[in-house]
Amino acid sequence: MGKTFRFHTDVDTDQIIASQYLLFPTIDEMKMHTFESLDPNFASKVKPGDFVVAAENFGCGSSREQAPSVLKALGVKAVIAKSFARIFYRNAINIGLPVIVCKELYDEVADGDDMELSLLDGVVTTGGREFTCTKLPEYMQEILDQGGLIASLNKEEA
Amino acid sequence: MGMTIAEKIIAAAAGVSQVKTGDIHTVEVDRLMSNDGTTHLTIDMYNNKLKNPHIADTSKLVWIVDHNVPADSPKTAASHKKMRDFAKANNITFYEGKGVCHQIMMENHVRPGELIFGADSHTCAYGALGAFGTGVGCTDYLYAMVTGKSWLLVPETIKFNLTGKLRDGVYARDLILTIIGKIGANGANYKAMEFTGTGMESLNMSDRISICNLCVEAGAKTALMEVDDIAMDYLHTHGREPKACYKSDHDAVFAATYDINLEEIEPIVAKPHFVDNVVPASEVSGVKIDEAFLGSCNNGRIEDLRVGAALLKGRKVHPLVRFLVVPASASIYKQALDEGLITTFMEAGAIVMNANCSVCWGSCQGVIGENEVLISTGTRNFKGRAGHPSASVYLASAATVTASAILGEIATADSLK
Ligand code: SF4
Repeated sequence: MGKTFRFHTDVDTDQIIASQYLLFPTIDEMKMHTFESLDPNFASKVKPGDFVVAAENFGCGSSREQAPSVLKALGVKAVIAKSFARIFYRNAINIGLPVIVCKELYDEVADGDDMELSLLDGVVTTGGREFTCTKLPEYMQEILDQGGLIASLNKEEA
Repeated sequence: MGMTIAEKIIAAAAGVSQVKTGDIHTVEVDRLMSNDGTTHLTIDMYNNKLKNPHIADTSKLVWIVDHNVPADSPKTAASHKKMRDFAKANNITFYEGKGVCHQIMMENHVRPGELIFGADSHTCAYGALGAFGTGVGCTDYLYAMVTGKSWLLVPETIKFNLTGKLRDGVYARDLILTIIGKIGANGANYKAMEFTGTGMESLNMSDRISICNLCVEAGAKTALMEVDDIAMDYLHTHGREPKACYKSDHDAVFAATYDINLEEIEPIVAKPHFVDNVVPASEVSGVKIDEAFLGSCNNGRIEDLRVGAALLKGRKVHPLVRFLVVPASASIYKQALDEGLITTFMEAGAIVMNANCSVCWGSCQGVIGENEVLISTGTRNFKGRAGHPSASVYLASAATVTASAILGEIATADSLK
Protein backbone atom coordinates (compact mmCIF):
# COMPACT_ATOMS: atom_id res chain seq x y z
CA MET A 1 0.00 0.00 0.00
CA GLY A 2 1.34 3.43 -0.93
CA LYS A 3 0.15 7.02 -1.14
CA THR A 4 -0.75 8.80 -4.37
CA PHE A 5 1.03 11.95 -5.50
CA ARG A 6 -1.13 13.34 -8.29
CA PHE A 7 0.25 15.67 -10.99
CA HIS A 8 -1.28 17.36 -14.05
CA THR A 9 -0.76 17.00 -17.80
CA ASP A 10 2.53 17.75 -19.65
CA VAL A 11 4.76 17.40 -16.58
CA ASP A 12 8.15 18.02 -18.18
CA THR A 13 11.57 16.76 -17.19
CA ASP A 14 12.66 20.22 -15.98
CA GLN A 15 9.85 20.02 -13.43
CA ILE A 16 10.81 16.50 -12.37
CA ILE A 17 14.44 17.50 -11.85
CA ALA A 18 15.61 20.99 -12.81
CA SER A 19 18.68 21.64 -14.96
CA GLN A 20 20.73 23.20 -12.20
CA TYR A 21 20.95 19.88 -10.35
CA LEU A 22 21.83 17.63 -13.29
CA LEU A 23 25.55 17.96 -12.99
CA PHE A 24 25.52 17.07 -9.30
CA PRO A 25 27.84 14.10 -8.97
CA THR A 26 25.26 11.49 -7.94
CA ILE A 27 21.54 10.75 -8.16
CA ASP A 28 21.40 10.71 -4.36
CA GLU A 29 22.54 14.32 -4.26
CA MET A 30 19.91 15.27 -6.84
CA LYS A 31 16.91 13.42 -5.49
CA MET A 32 15.99 15.92 -2.76
CA HIS A 33 15.16 18.40 -5.55
CA THR A 34 12.60 16.15 -7.27
CA PHE A 35 9.49 18.07 -8.43
CA GLU A 36 10.89 21.12 -6.64
CA SER A 37 9.08 23.72 -8.78
CA LEU A 38 5.74 21.92 -8.39
CA ASP A 39 5.94 20.84 -4.76
CA PRO A 40 9.05 21.85 -2.80
CA ASN A 41 8.22 19.28 -0.10
CA PHE A 42 7.69 16.30 -2.40
CA ALA A 43 11.07 14.70 -1.72
CA SER A 44 10.63 14.84 2.04
CA LYS A 45 7.02 13.62 1.95
CA VAL A 46 7.29 10.70 -0.47
CA LYS A 47 7.93 7.27 1.03
CA PRO A 48 9.19 4.10 -0.57
CA GLY A 49 6.22 2.32 -2.14
CA ASP A 50 4.32 5.52 -3.01
CA PHE A 51 2.94 6.29 -6.47
CA VAL A 52 3.13 9.16 -8.91
CA VAL A 53 -0.05 9.56 -10.94
CA ALA A 54 -0.36 11.98 -13.86
CA ALA A 55 -2.47 12.87 -16.87
CA GLU A 56 -1.15 13.01 -20.47
CA ASN A 57 2.43 13.25 -21.75
CA PHE A 58 4.26 12.71 -18.46
CA GLY A 59 8.01 13.30 -18.75
CA CYS A 60 8.02 15.40 -21.91
CA GLY A 61 11.10 17.45 -22.70
CA SER A 62 14.68 16.43 -22.29
CA SER A 63 16.30 13.01 -22.44
CA ARG A 64 17.76 13.35 -18.93
CA GLU A 65 17.67 9.94 -17.35
CA GLN A 66 18.04 11.74 -14.06
CA ALA A 67 14.24 12.24 -14.22
CA PRO A 68 13.16 8.61 -13.77
CA SER A 69 16.31 7.96 -11.70
CA VAL A 70 15.44 10.43 -8.93
CA LEU A 71 11.93 8.97 -8.72
CA LYS A 72 13.34 5.49 -8.40
CA ALA A 73 15.94 6.64 -5.86
CA LEU A 74 13.15 8.10 -3.71
CA GLY A 75 11.44 4.72 -3.76
CA VAL A 76 8.50 5.60 -6.03
CA LYS A 77 6.98 2.23 -6.85
CA ALA A 78 5.53 3.17 -10.23
CA VAL A 79 4.42 6.11 -12.32
CA ILE A 80 0.89 5.66 -13.63
CA ALA A 81 -0.26 8.10 -16.31
CA LYS A 82 -2.72 8.48 -19.15
CA SER A 83 0.28 8.69 -21.48
CA PHE A 84 4.05 9.18 -21.34
CA ALA A 85 6.52 11.09 -23.47
CA ARG A 86 8.67 8.69 -25.43
CA ILE A 87 12.15 9.20 -24.02
CA PHE A 88 11.03 9.25 -20.39
CA TYR A 89 9.10 6.03 -20.93
CA ARG A 90 12.06 4.27 -22.46
CA ASN A 91 14.48 5.57 -19.84
CA ALA A 92 12.21 4.45 -17.01
CA ILE A 93 12.04 0.90 -18.31
CA ASN A 94 15.77 0.87 -18.92
CA ILE A 95 16.48 1.76 -15.30
CA GLY A 96 13.78 -0.56 -13.95
CA LEU A 97 11.14 1.97 -12.87
CA PRO A 98 7.67 0.66 -13.76
CA VAL A 99 5.77 3.11 -15.97
CA ILE A 100 2.18 2.16 -16.46
CA VAL A 101 -0.40 3.50 -18.86
CA CYS A 102 -3.88 3.66 -17.39
CA LYS A 103 -6.42 5.93 -19.04
CA GLU A 104 -9.16 5.69 -16.38
CA LEU A 105 -7.28 5.99 -13.12
CA TYR A 106 -6.30 9.67 -13.21
CA ASP A 107 -9.80 11.09 -13.08
CA GLU A 108 -10.84 8.73 -10.28
CA VAL A 109 -8.05 9.27 -7.80
CA ALA A 110 -7.13 12.19 -5.53
CA ASP A 111 -3.83 13.37 -4.14
CA GLY A 112 -3.04 11.42 -0.97
CA ASP A 113 -5.30 8.43 -1.75
CA ASP A 114 -4.05 4.99 -0.76
CA MET A 115 -3.26 2.73 -3.65
CA GLU A 116 -2.04 -0.76 -4.34
CA LEU A 117 -0.49 -2.14 -7.52
CA SER A 118 -0.10 -5.70 -8.61
CA LEU A 119 2.65 -5.40 -11.19
CA LEU A 120 2.23 -8.97 -12.36
CA ASP A 121 -1.29 -8.58 -13.66
CA GLY A 122 -1.23 -4.79 -14.07
CA VAL A 123 -4.10 -4.05 -11.72
CA VAL A 124 -4.31 -0.93 -9.55
CA THR A 125 -6.62 -0.94 -6.53
CA THR A 126 -7.74 2.26 -4.88
CA GLY A 127 -10.86 3.30 -2.99
CA GLY A 128 -12.22 -0.22 -3.29
CA ARG A 129 -12.08 -0.12 -7.10
CA GLU A 130 -9.84 -1.95 -9.53
CA PHE A 131 -8.31 -0.46 -12.64
CA THR A 132 -6.68 -2.58 -15.31
CA CYS A 133 -3.66 -1.02 -16.98
CA THR A 134 -2.28 -1.40 -20.50
CA LYS A 135 0.28 -4.17 -20.78
CA LEU A 136 3.86 -3.40 -21.79
CA PRO A 137 5.14 -4.91 -25.05
CA GLU A 138 6.78 -8.23 -24.19
CA TYR A 139 10.26 -6.98 -25.08
CA MET A 140 10.04 -4.12 -22.61
CA GLN A 141 8.41 -6.23 -19.92
CA GLU A 142 11.38 -8.53 -20.10
CA ILE A 143 13.85 -5.65 -19.58
CA LEU A 144 11.79 -4.51 -16.60
CA ASP A 145 11.58 -8.04 -15.17
CA GLN A 146 15.34 -8.36 -15.25
CA GLY A 147 15.70 -5.14 -13.27
CA GLY A 148 16.55 -2.88 -16.20
CA LEU A 149 18.75 -2.79 -19.26
CA ILE A 150 22.12 -2.95 -17.49
CA ALA A 151 21.09 -6.00 -15.49
CA SER A 152 19.97 -7.66 -18.70
CA LEU A 153 23.24 -6.68 -20.41
CA ASN A 154 25.25 -8.18 -17.57
CA LYS A 155 23.28 -11.36 -18.01
CA GLU A 156 23.94 -11.41 -21.78
CA GLU A 157 27.63 -10.98 -21.15
CA ALA A 158 27.86 -13.53 -18.38
CA MET B 1 5.12 -2.57 -49.36
CA GLY B 2 6.64 0.90 -49.61
CA MET B 3 8.68 2.28 -46.73
CA THR B 4 9.26 5.74 -45.28
CA ILE B 5 12.76 7.20 -44.79
CA ALA B 6 12.58 6.24 -41.10
CA GLU B 7 11.66 2.66 -41.97
CA LYS B 8 14.44 2.41 -44.56
CA ILE B 9 17.11 3.59 -42.14
CA ILE B 10 15.92 1.18 -39.45
CA ALA B 11 15.74 -1.70 -41.95
CA ALA B 12 19.34 -1.05 -43.01
CA ALA B 13 20.50 -0.78 -39.40
CA ALA B 14 18.68 -4.02 -38.54
CA GLY B 15 20.04 -5.80 -41.60
CA VAL B 16 16.61 -6.70 -42.96
CA SER B 17 14.89 -5.75 -46.20
CA GLN B 18 11.54 -4.71 -44.76
CA VAL B 19 10.27 -3.36 -41.46
CA LYS B 20 6.82 -2.24 -40.40
CA THR B 21 5.59 0.19 -37.78
CA GLY B 22 5.21 -1.24 -34.32
CA ASP B 23 7.92 -3.90 -34.77
CA ILE B 24 10.86 -3.88 -32.40
CA HIS B 25 14.25 -4.47 -34.04
CA THR B 26 17.79 -4.87 -32.83
CA VAL B 27 19.79 -2.26 -34.71
CA GLU B 28 23.44 -1.40 -35.26
CA VAL B 29 24.02 2.22 -34.18
CA ASP B 30 26.37 4.27 -36.41
CA ARG B 31 27.27 7.06 -34.02
CA LEU B 32 26.87 7.88 -30.36
CA MET B 33 26.92 11.47 -29.14
CA SER B 34 26.95 12.41 -25.47
CA ASN B 35 27.37 15.74 -23.68
CA ASP B 36 28.15 17.00 -20.19
CA GLY B 37 24.48 16.95 -19.15
CA THR B 38 24.65 13.22 -18.42
CA THR B 39 28.00 11.67 -19.39
CA HIS B 40 29.32 11.69 -15.81
CA LEU B 41 26.50 9.32 -14.89
CA THR B 42 27.22 7.10 -17.90
CA ILE B 43 30.83 6.83 -16.79
CA ASP B 44 29.82 5.94 -13.23
CA MET B 45 27.58 3.16 -14.52
CA TYR B 46 30.32 2.00 -16.87
CA ASN B 47 32.79 1.76 -13.99
CA ASN B 48 30.50 0.46 -11.27
CA LYS B 49 27.60 -1.44 -12.77
CA LEU B 50 29.01 -3.43 -15.67
CA LYS B 51 30.32 -6.95 -15.27
CA ASN B 52 32.50 -6.61 -18.29
CA PRO B 53 33.13 -2.94 -19.11
CA HIS B 54 34.31 -2.39 -22.68
CA ILE B 55 33.48 -0.24 -25.71
CA ALA B 56 32.29 -1.94 -28.91
CA ASP B 57 33.77 0.63 -31.28
CA THR B 58 35.43 3.75 -29.89
CA SER B 59 35.33 5.48 -33.28
CA LYS B 60 31.53 5.72 -33.04
CA LEU B 61 31.67 7.87 -29.91
CA VAL B 62 31.66 11.67 -29.84
CA TRP B 63 31.70 13.42 -26.47
CA ILE B 64 31.05 17.12 -26.20
CA VAL B 65 31.28 19.51 -23.24
CA ASP B 66 28.80 22.25 -24.15
CA HIS B 67 26.10 22.61 -21.52
CA ASN B 68 28.02 24.24 -18.67
CA VAL B 69 31.21 25.43 -20.25
CA PRO B 70 33.30 26.97 -18.82
CA ALA B 71 32.37 25.24 -15.58
CA ASP B 72 30.25 27.27 -13.17
CA SER B 73 31.05 25.43 -9.95
CA PRO B 74 33.47 22.89 -8.47
CA LYS B 75 30.79 20.18 -8.89
CA THR B 76 30.48 20.89 -12.60
CA ALA B 77 34.26 21.04 -12.94
CA ALA B 78 34.50 17.60 -11.36
CA SER B 79 31.91 16.17 -13.74
CA HIS B 80 33.78 17.68 -16.69
CA LYS B 81 37.08 16.28 -15.47
CA LYS B 82 35.57 12.83 -15.20
CA MET B 83 34.39 13.08 -18.81
CA ARG B 84 37.65 14.56 -20.11
CA ASP B 85 39.81 11.92 -18.39
CA PHE B 86 37.65 9.03 -19.57
CA ALA B 87 37.61 10.32 -23.16
CA LYS B 88 41.38 10.64 -23.15
CA ALA B 89 41.99 7.22 -21.62
CA ASN B 90 39.67 5.57 -24.15
CA ASN B 91 40.53 7.54 -27.28
CA ILE B 92 37.07 9.05 -27.62
CA THR B 93 36.61 12.02 -29.95
CA PHE B 94 36.21 14.91 -27.53
CA TYR B 95 35.22 18.56 -27.85
CA GLU B 96 35.18 21.11 -25.09
CA GLY B 97 34.06 24.70 -25.54
CA LYS B 98 33.83 24.27 -29.30
CA GLY B 99 30.08 24.76 -29.41
CA VAL B 100 26.68 23.22 -28.83
CA CYS B 101 26.74 19.45 -29.37
CA HIS B 102 24.23 19.27 -32.22
CA GLN B 103 25.92 22.04 -34.17
CA ILE B 104 29.28 20.30 -33.75
CA MET B 105 27.72 17.04 -34.92
CA MET B 106 26.22 18.69 -38.01
CA GLU B 107 29.47 20.44 -38.88
CA ASN B 108 31.75 17.45 -38.31
CA HIS B 109 30.08 14.06 -38.07
CA VAL B 110 26.50 13.43 -39.22
CA ARG B 111 26.12 11.61 -42.54
CA PRO B 112 22.89 10.92 -44.46
CA GLY B 113 21.49 7.47 -43.83
CA GLU B 114 23.09 7.01 -40.43
CA LEU B 115 21.29 5.90 -37.30
CA ILE B 116 22.55 8.09 -34.47
CA PHE B 117 21.86 7.99 -30.75
CA GLY B 118 22.47 11.16 -28.81
CA ALA B 119 22.16 11.42 -25.06
CA ASP B 120 20.19 14.60 -25.68
CA SER B 121 16.63 15.04 -26.85
CA HIS B 122 17.37 17.46 -29.70
CA THR B 123 19.40 14.81 -31.54
CA CYS B 124 16.45 14.74 -33.97
CA ALA B 125 18.14 17.78 -35.60
CA TYR B 126 20.27 15.39 -37.67
CA GLY B 127 17.30 14.69 -39.93
CA ALA B 128 18.24 17.87 -41.77
CA LEU B 129 20.98 15.73 -43.32
CA GLY B 130 18.76 12.69 -43.82
CA ALA B 131 20.05 10.88 -40.72
CA PHE B 132 17.86 9.18 -38.11
CA GLY B 133 18.91 10.95 -34.92
CA THR B 134 17.12 10.17 -31.71
CA GLY B 135 17.53 11.18 -28.09
CA VAL B 136 18.26 8.54 -25.46
CA GLY B 137 19.06 8.41 -21.77
CA CYS B 138 22.39 7.30 -20.37
CA THR B 139 21.44 3.66 -19.79
CA ASP B 140 20.44 3.30 -23.44
CA TYR B 141 23.61 5.12 -24.35
CA LEU B 142 25.75 2.84 -22.24
CA TYR B 143 24.16 -0.29 -23.69
CA ALA B 144 24.87 0.92 -27.23
CA MET B 145 28.39 1.99 -26.25
CA VAL B 146 29.15 -1.50 -24.92
CA THR B 147 27.39 -3.58 -27.58
CA GLY B 148 27.30 -1.26 -30.62
CA LYS B 149 23.62 -2.10 -30.79
CA SER B 150 20.25 -1.19 -29.36
CA TRP B 151 16.54 -1.92 -29.71
CA LEU B 152 14.20 0.32 -31.63
CA LEU B 153 10.48 0.36 -32.15
CA VAL B 154 9.67 1.28 -35.77
CA PRO B 155 7.73 4.56 -35.54
CA GLU B 156 4.85 5.75 -37.67
CA THR B 157 5.66 8.81 -39.74
CA ILE B 158 3.69 12.05 -40.06
CA LYS B 159 4.31 13.82 -43.37
CA PHE B 160 4.51 17.59 -43.71
CA ASN B 161 4.16 18.62 -47.31
CA LEU B 162 5.54 22.15 -47.66
CA THR B 163 4.78 24.47 -50.58
CA GLY B 164 5.62 28.09 -51.33
CA LYS B 165 8.20 30.23 -49.61
CA LEU B 166 8.41 32.00 -46.26
CA ARG B 167 7.69 35.73 -46.59
CA ASP B 168 10.35 38.32 -45.72
CA GLY B 169 10.66 38.66 -41.95
CA VAL B 170 9.29 35.16 -41.32
CA TYR B 171 11.69 32.38 -40.37
CA ALA B 172 11.99 28.62 -40.02
CA ARG B 173 11.48 29.08 -36.29
CA ASP B 174 8.06 30.61 -36.95
CA LEU B 175 7.21 27.65 -39.18
CA ILE B 176 8.14 24.93 -36.71
CA LEU B 177 6.47 26.74 -33.78
CA THR B 178 3.32 26.99 -35.91
CA ILE B 179 3.46 23.25 -36.60
CA ILE B 180 4.01 22.37 -32.93
CA GLY B 181 1.13 24.67 -31.97
CA LYS B 182 -1.05 22.86 -34.47
CA ILE B 183 -0.27 19.26 -33.50
CA GLY B 184 0.48 19.84 -29.80
CA ALA B 185 3.27 18.90 -27.39
CA ASN B 186 2.56 15.20 -27.84
CA GLY B 187 1.16 15.40 -31.35
CA ALA B 188 4.04 13.35 -32.72
CA ASN B 189 4.78 11.27 -29.60
CA TYR B 190 6.56 8.01 -30.62
CA LYS B 191 6.39 9.14 -34.26
CA ALA B 192 8.76 10.43 -36.93
CA MET B 193 8.11 13.77 -38.63
CA GLU B 194 9.10 13.95 -42.29
CA PHE B 195 9.31 17.20 -44.26
CA THR B 196 8.99 17.20 -48.01
CA GLY B 197 7.51 19.13 -50.91
CA THR B 198 8.54 21.98 -53.22
CA GLY B 199 8.73 24.35 -50.25
CA MET B 200 11.96 22.61 -49.19
CA GLU B 201 13.83 24.32 -52.04
CA SER B 202 13.64 27.69 -50.32
CA LEU B 203 14.91 26.41 -46.96
CA ASN B 204 18.67 26.52 -46.38
CA MET B 205 20.52 24.12 -44.07
CA SER B 206 20.24 26.45 -41.12
CA ASP B 207 16.45 26.57 -41.56
CA ARG B 208 16.29 22.80 -41.91
CA ILE B 209 18.32 22.15 -38.76
CA SER B 210 16.10 24.59 -36.88
CA ILE B 211 12.97 22.75 -38.05
CA CYS B 212 14.19 19.21 -37.33
CA ASN B 213 15.75 20.22 -34.02
CA LEU B 214 12.48 21.40 -32.51
CA CYS B 215 10.42 18.35 -33.53
CA VAL B 216 11.05 16.71 -30.16
CA GLU B 217 8.89 19.48 -28.69
CA ALA B 218 5.98 17.74 -30.42
CA GLY B 219 7.22 14.48 -28.87
CA ALA B 220 8.79 13.17 -32.09
CA LYS B 221 11.23 10.29 -31.99
CA THR B 222 13.05 11.70 -34.97
CA ALA B 223 12.68 14.18 -37.83
CA LEU B 224 13.69 13.47 -41.41
CA MET B 225 14.26 15.24 -44.70
CA GLU B 226 15.32 14.01 -48.13
CA VAL B 227 18.91 14.63 -49.12
CA ASP B 228 18.81 17.14 -51.99
CA ASP B 229 21.43 19.41 -53.59
CA ILE B 230 21.29 21.84 -50.67
CA ALA B 231 22.08 19.05 -48.19
CA MET B 232 24.78 17.57 -50.45
CA ASP B 233 26.44 20.98 -50.81
CA TYR B 234 26.54 21.34 -47.03
CA LEU B 235 27.98 17.86 -46.66
CA HIS B 236 30.66 18.44 -49.28
CA THR B 237 31.57 21.85 -47.88
CA HIS B 238 32.24 20.05 -44.61
CA GLY B 239 34.24 17.32 -46.34
CA ARG B 240 31.96 14.32 -45.98
CA GLU B 241 30.09 11.83 -48.15
CA PRO B 242 26.73 10.20 -47.39
CA LYS B 243 26.32 6.69 -46.05
CA ALA B 244 23.04 6.35 -47.97
CA CYS B 245 20.37 8.74 -49.25
CA TYR B 246 16.76 7.67 -48.78
CA LYS B 247 13.40 8.91 -50.00
CA SER B 248 10.03 7.63 -48.85
CA ASP B 249 8.40 5.34 -51.42
CA HIS B 250 5.27 6.53 -53.23
CA ASP B 251 3.24 3.81 -51.58
CA ALA B 252 4.75 4.33 -48.11
CA VAL B 253 2.12 4.60 -45.40
CA PHE B 254 1.94 7.77 -43.31
CA ALA B 255 0.01 8.19 -40.06
CA ALA B 256 -1.15 11.62 -41.26
CA THR B 257 -0.26 14.21 -43.87
CA TYR B 258 -0.34 17.97 -43.38
CA ASP B 259 -0.15 20.40 -46.30
CA ILE B 260 1.48 23.64 -45.28
CA ASN B 261 1.77 26.73 -47.43
CA LEU B 262 4.84 28.62 -46.26
CA GLU B 263 3.43 31.92 -47.54
CA GLU B 264 0.81 31.77 -44.80
CA ILE B 265 3.22 31.49 -41.88
CA GLU B 266 3.47 34.56 -39.63
CA PRO B 267 5.88 35.58 -36.87
CA ILE B 268 5.00 33.40 -33.90
CA VAL B 269 5.76 33.45 -30.18
CA ALA B 270 5.47 30.49 -27.79
CA LYS B 271 4.20 31.79 -24.46
CA PRO B 272 5.13 30.39 -21.04
CA HIS B 273 5.30 27.54 -20.06
CA PHE B 274 4.80 25.27 -23.07
CA VAL B 275 6.30 25.19 -26.53
CA ASP B 276 2.90 24.44 -28.08
CA ASN B 277 1.36 27.49 -26.39
CA VAL B 278 1.81 29.59 -29.54
CA VAL B 279 0.20 32.85 -30.62
CA PRO B 280 0.89 35.36 -33.40
CA ALA B 281 3.71 37.60 -32.17
CA SER B 282 1.39 40.62 -32.40
CA GLU B 283 -0.75 39.16 -29.62
CA VAL B 284 2.01 39.48 -27.02
CA SER B 285 3.61 42.68 -28.28
CA GLY B 286 4.32 45.11 -25.48
CA VAL B 287 5.16 42.50 -22.83
CA LYS B 288 8.16 43.98 -20.96
CA ILE B 289 11.33 41.87 -20.97
CA ASP B 290 14.43 41.74 -18.77
CA GLU B 291 16.63 39.58 -20.94
CA ALA B 292 16.87 38.43 -24.55
CA PHE B 293 18.85 35.45 -25.83
CA LEU B 294 20.06 34.85 -29.36
CA GLY B 295 21.74 31.46 -29.56
CA SER B 296 21.31 27.69 -28.99
CA CYS B 297 21.41 24.70 -31.32
CA ASN B 298 18.15 25.98 -32.75
CA ASN B 299 19.05 29.54 -33.69
CA GLY B 300 22.70 30.29 -32.99
CA ARG B 301 24.00 29.85 -36.54
CA ILE B 302 25.62 32.48 -38.72
CA GLU B 303 22.32 33.10 -40.55
CA ASP B 304 20.65 33.96 -37.22
CA LEU B 305 23.49 36.19 -36.12
CA ARG B 306 23.27 38.03 -39.45
CA VAL B 307 19.57 38.65 -38.91
CA GLY B 308 20.25 39.99 -35.40
CA ALA B 309 23.21 42.15 -36.43
CA ALA B 310 21.35 43.66 -39.38
CA LEU B 311 18.57 44.83 -37.07
CA LEU B 312 21.00 46.13 -34.45
CA LYS B 313 23.20 48.09 -36.86
CA GLY B 314 22.94 51.76 -35.86
CA ARG B 315 20.66 50.92 -32.92
CA LYS B 316 21.18 50.14 -29.24
CA VAL B 317 20.03 47.40 -26.93
CA HIS B 318 17.37 48.79 -24.57
CA PRO B 319 19.01 50.05 -21.34
CA LEU B 320 16.88 47.78 -19.13
CA VAL B 321 17.61 44.61 -21.14
CA ARG B 322 20.54 42.19 -21.05
CA PHE B 323 20.93 40.90 -24.60
CA LEU B 324 22.94 37.66 -24.67
CA VAL B 325 24.42 36.71 -28.04
CA VAL B 326 25.88 33.22 -28.12
CA PRO B 327 27.14 31.66 -31.37
CA ALA B 328 26.30 27.95 -31.59
CA SER B 329 29.87 26.93 -32.38
CA ALA B 330 33.39 28.31 -32.27
CA SER B 331 33.57 28.23 -36.06
CA ILE B 332 30.38 30.29 -36.31
CA TYR B 333 31.87 32.69 -33.76
CA LYS B 334 34.96 33.11 -35.94
CA GLN B 335 32.90 33.66 -39.03
CA ALA B 336 30.81 36.26 -37.19
CA LEU B 337 34.06 38.01 -36.20
CA ASP B 338 35.25 37.98 -39.80
CA GLU B 339 31.95 39.40 -41.01
CA GLY B 340 32.05 42.17 -38.41
CA LEU B 341 28.86 40.96 -36.71
CA ILE B 342 30.45 40.68 -33.28
CA THR B 343 31.54 44.32 -33.45
CA THR B 344 27.97 45.32 -34.31
CA PHE B 345 26.61 43.37 -31.36
CA MET B 346 29.14 44.79 -28.94
CA GLU B 347 28.74 48.38 -30.12
CA ALA B 348 25.02 48.04 -29.62
CA GLY B 349 25.55 46.90 -26.03
CA ALA B 350 24.94 43.15 -26.35
CA ILE B 351 26.83 40.67 -24.19
CA VAL B 352 28.63 38.29 -26.53
CA MET B 353 29.58 34.95 -24.98
CA ASN B 354 31.53 31.82 -25.81
CA ALA B 355 29.84 29.10 -27.85
CA ASN B 356 27.75 27.00 -25.45
CA CYS B 357 24.15 26.21 -24.45
CA SER B 358 23.95 29.30 -22.26
CA VAL B 359 20.51 30.26 -20.94
CA CYS B 360 18.76 27.84 -23.29
CA TRP B 361 18.83 25.76 -20.14
CA GLY B 362 18.87 27.24 -16.68
CA SER B 363 22.04 25.88 -15.26
CA CYS B 364 24.59 28.02 -16.99
CA GLN B 365 25.39 31.66 -17.68
CA GLY B 366 22.58 34.18 -17.97
CA VAL B 367 19.96 32.51 -15.77
CA ILE B 368 17.03 34.75 -14.95
CA GLY B 369 15.82 35.67 -11.50
CA GLU B 370 12.52 35.82 -9.67
CA ASN B 371 9.61 37.00 -11.85
CA GLU B 372 11.92 38.04 -14.68
CA VAL B 373 10.95 37.72 -18.33
CA LEU B 374 13.18 36.28 -21.04
CA ILE B 375 12.59 36.19 -24.77
CA SER B 376 14.69 33.49 -26.31
CA THR B 377 15.65 31.57 -29.44
CA GLY B 378 16.32 28.60 -27.15
CA THR B 379 14.33 25.41 -27.49
CA ARG B 380 12.11 25.33 -24.40
CA ASN B 381 10.08 27.63 -22.20
CA PHE B 382 9.16 25.19 -19.43
CA LYS B 383 8.67 26.54 -15.93
CA GLY B 384 12.10 26.99 -14.36
CA ARG B 385 13.90 26.03 -17.57
CA ALA B 386 15.93 29.25 -17.68
CA GLY B 387 16.36 29.99 -14.00
CA HIS B 388 13.88 30.84 -11.23
CA PRO B 389 10.57 28.91 -11.34
CA SER B 390 8.60 32.15 -11.12
CA ALA B 391 10.26 33.53 -14.26
CA SER B 392 8.68 33.50 -17.73
CA VAL B 393 10.22 32.45 -21.02
CA TYR B 394 8.86 33.38 -24.44
CA LEU B 395 10.28 31.67 -27.55
CA ALA B 396 10.61 33.38 -30.91
CA SER B 397 12.78 33.84 -34.01
CA ALA B 398 16.14 35.64 -34.07
CA ALA B 399 14.42 38.66 -35.61
CA THR B 400 11.69 38.91 -32.99
CA VAL B 401 14.15 38.35 -30.15
CA THR B 402 16.50 41.08 -31.44
CA ALA B 403 13.69 43.56 -32.06
CA SER B 404 12.45 42.91 -28.51
CA ALA B 405 15.95 43.45 -27.11
CA ILE B 406 16.05 46.86 -28.80
CA LEU B 407 12.59 47.98 -27.69
CA GLY B 408 12.60 46.44 -24.20
CA GLU B 409 9.32 44.67 -24.87
CA ILE B 410 8.14 41.90 -27.14
CA ALA B 411 8.02 43.21 -30.70
CA THR B 412 8.53 42.00 -34.25
CA ALA B 413 11.16 43.43 -36.58
CA ASP B 414 8.40 45.41 -38.34
CA SER B 415 8.04 47.68 -35.32
CA LEU B 416 11.55 49.01 -35.87
CA LYS B 417 10.72 50.58 -39.21
S1 SF4 C 1 21.37 24.65 -26.86
FE1 SF4 C 1 19.61 24.12 -25.58
S2 SF4 C 1 18.50 22.53 -26.68
FE2 SF4 C 1 20.51 22.72 -27.64
S3 SF4 C 1 21.71 21.14 -26.63
FE3 SF4 C 1 22.02 23.04 -25.48
S4 SF4 C 1 20.51 23.03 -23.82
FE4 SF4 C 1 19.91 21.48 -25.34
